[in-house]
Amino acid sequence: MTINDISKLLNCEVLNCADKLESEVHTACGSDMMSDVLAYVKDQAVLLTGLLNPQVVRTAEMMDIICIVFVRGKSPDTAVIDLATEKGIVILSTKERMFEACGKLYTEMNKGKTL
Amino acid sequence: MILKFDIPGDDFTRAGEASSAIKNKLKQTGFSPEVVRKVSIAVYEAEINSIIHANGGTITLTADEEAIVAVIADTGKGIPDIEAAMREGFTTACDNIRKLGFGAGMGLPNMRKYTDEFDIQSKVGKGTTVTMKIYNKQE
Repeated sequence: MTINDISKLLNCEVLNCADKLESEVHTACGSDMMSDVLAYVKDQAVLLTGLLNPQVVRTAEMMDIICIVFVRGKSPDTAVIDLATEKGIVILSTKERMFEACGKLYTEMNKGKTL
Repeated sequence: MILKFDIPGDDFTRAGEASSAIKNKLKQTGFSPEVVRKVSIAVYEAEINSIIHANGGTITLTADEEAIVAVIADTGKGIPDIEAAMREGFTTACDNIRKLGFGAGMGLPNMRKYTDEFDIQSKVGKGTTVTMKIYNKQE
């Protein structure tokens, strides 16, 4: 699926990098603990989080994550969005809670796969 | 190629700037994405640690065709029990740091996980030096 598909699925607001919405993504992870993202994530392209500081973007950058979805209607300040834009990382914001957002995305991403 | 960075210890919002610069430079130099990612994660963890625990430090990175070696040194309070500090989940970070998404006790184990060679030397009251080597040719 594409980032645009995620945006529609979770009814997101697109906060930057609107030109990158057609990028393909196949896996995602959800966490508010960047330590865990750094320790356990492998080849995930999307990070769902409720944490708003610049280290979310830095962590995504180090992990080659190309899209961050802020859950629970959260929206980071402009410095964080600017940093993400500089790094080419798409920022989406959804009103969905973490559990619901992850559940919907997991279901959609794994449609047709034998789990 | 030798890269040197000072890690400012007084501003957590700037944590990761040095690691980001290193990642860009390694990418431009033509190292594989896998090698670049491993080095970036390990150095980023070390950079974060030096800010949380030691009020900053320095990063010296040497890269050639064979391997990349990163040395992160600080003059902080040191680690009394390195064996304990290397265990997953062991942390001395305060709640404020955990609110920022770090301090889960995964930093040092993670550095060891992502590197081919890992060494840590620490003296209480003097500081800590972490040396990490990642080979350019991955199996």
